[in-house]
Amino acid sequence: MAARLGLPAHLSLLRGKLTGKTPNLRYLSGNASEVDSNFYDVIVVGGGHAGCEAAAASARLGRKTLLLTHKIETIVGSMKFITSCREMSCNPSFGGIGKGHLVREVDALDGVCGRICDKSGIHFKVLNKKKGPAVWGLRAQIDRDLYRRYMQQEILNTECLTVEASPVDDLILDDVTPEHGDDMVCKKICAGVVLENGRCVKASSVVITTGTFLRGCIHLGLDIRPAGRLGDAPAMGLAKTLEEAGFTVGRLKTGTPPRIDGTTINYKQLESHFGDDTPVPFSFMNKKVSIKPEEQVSCHLTNSSTKVGEIILQNKHLNHHIREEVTGPRYCPSIESKVMRFGNRPHQIWLEPEGLNTNIVYMQGFSITLPPELQEECIHNVRGLEEATMTRPGYGVEYDFMDPRQIKPSLETKRIKGLFFAGQINGTTGYEEAAAQGIIAGINAGLMAHGEPPFIVNRTEGYIGVLIDDLTTQGTTEPYRMFTSRTEFRISLRPDNADLRLTEKGYKAGCVTEERYKKTKDMEYKLSENIELLKAYKMSRAQWSNILRECKAEISLAKTGSKLSAFDVLQSSYFQVSCLSEVPGNPFQGIVSDDVLAGRIKIEGGDGR
Amino acid sequence: MLNFAQRYRTVHIVCIQWKRCLSRTTFKMGRSVKTIYALSSGQGPAGLAVIRASGPRCSDVLKEVTKQSHLPRPRMAVNRDIFSPLSGELLDKSIVLWFPGPNSFTGDDVCEFHVHGGLAVIQAVLRALGNCEDLYQAEPGEFTKRAFINGKLDLTEVEGLGDLVAAETETQRQQALRQMSGELGSLYGRWRNELVKVVAHVEAFIDFSEDENIEGSIVDQAMESLKKLENSIRVHLKDNRRGERLRNGVQIAIIGEPNAGKSSLLNILCKRPAAIVTPIAGTTRDVVESAVNIGGYPVLFSDTAGIRETNDLVEIEGVKRATERAQTSDMVVTVVDASTLQPVIKNSSEIDDLVTALLRTLGTLQRTMDKAGSITDEIADNDTTSQQSMVLFNKVDLLAERERKILKEVMNSLTKDQGFYICGFSCKTLEGLDTFLEMLKGTVSKLCGDPLSGNPSLTQERHRMHLELCLAAMSKVKLDNDLVIDAEHLREALRHLGRITGHVRVEEVLDVIFKDFCIGK
Repeated sequence: MAARLGLPAHLSLLRGKLTGKTPNLRYLSGNASEVDSNFYDVIVVGGGHAGCEAAAASARLGRKTLLLTHKIETIVGSMKFITSCREMSCNPSFGGIGKGHLVREVDALDGVCGRICDKSGIHFKVLNKKKGPAVWGLRAQIDRDLYRRYMQQEILNTECLTVEASPVDDLILDDVTPEHGDDMVCKKICAGVVLENGRCVKASSVVITTGTFLRGCIHLGLDIRPAGRLGDAPAMGLAKTLEEAGFTVGRLKTGTPPRIDGTTINYKQLESHFGDDTPVPFSFMNKKVSIKPEEQVSCHLTNSSTKVGEIILQNKHLNHHIREEVTGPRYCPSIESKVMRFGNRPHQIWLEPEGLNTNIVYMQGFSITLPPELQEECIHNVRGLEEATMTRPGYGVEYDFMDPRQIKPSLETKRIKGLFFAGQINGTTGYEEAAAQGIIAGINAGLMAHGEPPFIVNRTEGYIGVLIDDLTTQGTTEPYRMFTSRTEFRISLRPDNADLRLTEKGYKAGCVTEERYKKTKDMEYKLSENIELLKAYKMSRAQWSNILRECKAEISLAKTGSKLSAFDVLQSSYFQVSCLSEVPGNPFQGIVSDDVLAGRIKIEGGDGR
Repeated sequence: MLNFAQRYRTVHIVCIQWKRCLSRTTFKMGRSVKTIYALSSGQGPAGLAVIRASGPRCSDVLKEVTKQSHLPRPRMAVNRDIFSPLSGELLDKSIVLWFPGPNSFTGDDVCEFHVHGGLAVIQAVLRALGNCEDLYQAEPGEFTKRAFINGKLDLTEVEGLGDLVAAETETQRQQALRQMSGELGSLYGRWRNELVKVVAHVEAFIDFSEDENIEGSIVDQAMESLKKLENSIRVHLKDNRRGERLRNGVQIAIIGEPNAGKSSLLNILCKRPAAIVTPIAGTTRDVVESAVNIGGYPVLFSDTAGIRETNDLVEIEGVKRATERAQTSDMVVTVVDASTLQPVIKNSSEIDDLVTALLRTLGTLQRTMDKAGSITDEIADNDTTSQQSMVLFNKVDLLAERERKILKEVMNSLTKDQGFYICGFSCKTLEGLDTFLEMLKGTVSKLCGDPLSGNPSLTQERHRMHLELCLAAMSKVKLDNDLVIDAEHLREALRHLGRITGHVRVEEVLDVIFKDFCIGK
């Protein structure tokens, strides 16, 4: 059977790329002939961030899962940028304010991206540290090669998960029968996919995570080229089927900045920004990240000059992208729209390295679609880049997305039962948003395959819930990105407590391993026990002041009242947890000696700064 | 950065926002699924009656009952015969109006049938519409509800419309019309936009200050605007409840000793025998209310039991109620039997002595009331500051010429020195009625304010409650807090402000963030 699928060639290719471990070939190799390998519980189409999370989640549920991706080199976890310049690329970082929350929540559901980031990050920084802990933004620069490699390793070593490189031509749709219930909208049920070579693969549910493949166009100056798989007959088949099913399609645009050769940058003129001394890992499972703090690379800050604005304004006629009527993101505008909307003043640009073993530098804040020679001219008018070489021009992308109001909170489409959409296809932007949808779609596709009720995170439980609720109820008119301002329950939906919010819920749905569940329960127990202990320990204000003086903290016990508990005192931002070791008899040894616990208790106490 | 932020915060931003808002609403407009109909004019035989229908089936129904293949020109009155869709029988000759959505009252397609106002005609046409497929009788208020849902009216406008329909006096009409036209709504809308901006700038600082170059000064500016806004709301709230008073009617309690003529006064004011009048002291036991239009202002008079110490259980309760009413009213008219002053006048010719005697009488009254009503401290605290008081000397017809003269001097002295509203009167001869009414009108108009001038008043307890909660939330904002906690209070304040007009949307905050700041990667 395997031969018929034409897989060995792909697999050998994969194996060559891997770091030693044998991929999981359960359904492909020898003994698979007894199993009907043409039937899966879940098929995931697309191997980007959403696809990987979806496939991994479904496999964690124990469902027989097939991940189908387009090209062997881009398989799994590709930040899809290197293989072909026809593909969209974005910045080499993960997390940020709001986005870091998403990564933490995906991790709390045992998703893969957080752990992979901890292994492949090369510069970690918690943003917003001066503000409250509810808006701390965990962020990391990622080495793309490392990320891809670790992700491939993870995916290919996942039980129940098979990976195959084959473009998808079409969906297999059956009519809904009365036993599926009567639904006004849903007339079809998805029963699998048709591959490019005509082979049918049956499945109980199918997750589509194909990003911007639908009618994608690349804009560079006046030049417009089809991007992704446009003109590719099979992709057209899938697009056509979706169109025929009656899905409403919208159009969005986004852009990417040029890359420059890092060796040609004059760093002396630029402001350096280092990573944190103690990098905070994304994953609750990791105590620390892989890279040594002192080995972290630094980012650099520069800004454009007014000359850049002049070039842009003089060459508007050479720029097709910015004249388009398609909605671009308000928060990620190209340098052109910044100049046009906010005037010709210096605009901030971050120079971010793309990896440890590459000189390529990403110019964050400098998305541009002018013709390449003008782009180069612009780059030379940026401080520190006077002599820089552009290794690849920036460009704009315009693509179709499915109006997300056509999907349910489980991410299953309303029109076709058993079909799920996740990622950019729903109008979002960003790796984290994609991963968050991927994991939910994967879990739900898996649950549905066994007829179990859907797994829904609501707005009160997590940013994932906010993201999906916003999308499915409001739709979007621009690529949707997560911000903390989108959440109503920001104070309680913090990155530090994502595990307490979601892990148990995920465990009950079956997508969280025993190990993680135990770890979370353990932490939950330690937290509540120690908080009780702190609340029960009371001393007079004078006594506390003495202790504060001992550890040389500034005293501001604003609260009046005769006795204060240790928990009350922790609310003061001046009172460090370490001061607790000054308490006579040292009853809080357990807290002081555990950094993670101490940090979390301080936050629960009301101030984490 | 500071300059930049100031420079680009222009009126255009607001315009663009509204455009965005509008385009969103239009998108939602005309989305009602059900088509509803109802008689929109009053019940009973009349020259004309208006029947209105709203919803997606309107165009079909209009064609069906008029047996026409095409619709009339939008918003043009046309003559049409109306037929029963079942029997085809002619029901009435009417004027028909066609308002295609979204440019209609409800935002849906609307049609109006102006039929003859006979009961049978109305019945027949309503039955005909009821026989049309997918047409439903409207619930009370359903047309307005649709207008609200479709974004044609905000909540204050809906309330204004309700008040306009219910308005009984000229000033009530003026106030309601102002509110319905959106003046109150736009005042709150303006504040809301200011607060949205404050929230947006704080949120922008939270979400983008580290990645993007947004400086802390933006938060300071936001706090400045917040202080200004807080002040405007505080001033608006210090209006002595005039808008609510005008909407609900000014409460005036008539109090005094038994047999002073309180019930007679009430009957004169409302021009009908509302309260029982007998020469027996203590006739009135319960509170008798009557609504009267005083110079265009709605006034609700309450006649109360005469105040005295008594052992009669029923009367004790009556005195208690009278006291409570006096405390909760906007104004108290104390009726004094002028003839009781005769002995005092006889014994003393000094005006000052008389004044003292009079004040003593009023004081006794107050003490008796205090004794009777010990329960309502809270209410008393609330309102005494703005409560107006007026003293009426009844039965002046019983006084001799000399006594009257002295009384007049006493009254002048009281008015001048104590700022009393005081007036002589006779229920029997109606002497002094005009002066009394003039004085009443003056005080009442002071209580209600001129509904046509100045900022529109808040007219509902609901508005007051949300504004007060909004202020309370704003005052919790202290910059030494965690900014995220401050933002939480600001969001709460915004929610309360939004609830007054019925707009609560997060997306707007993001709109402002991206219009005001250059955020990009």
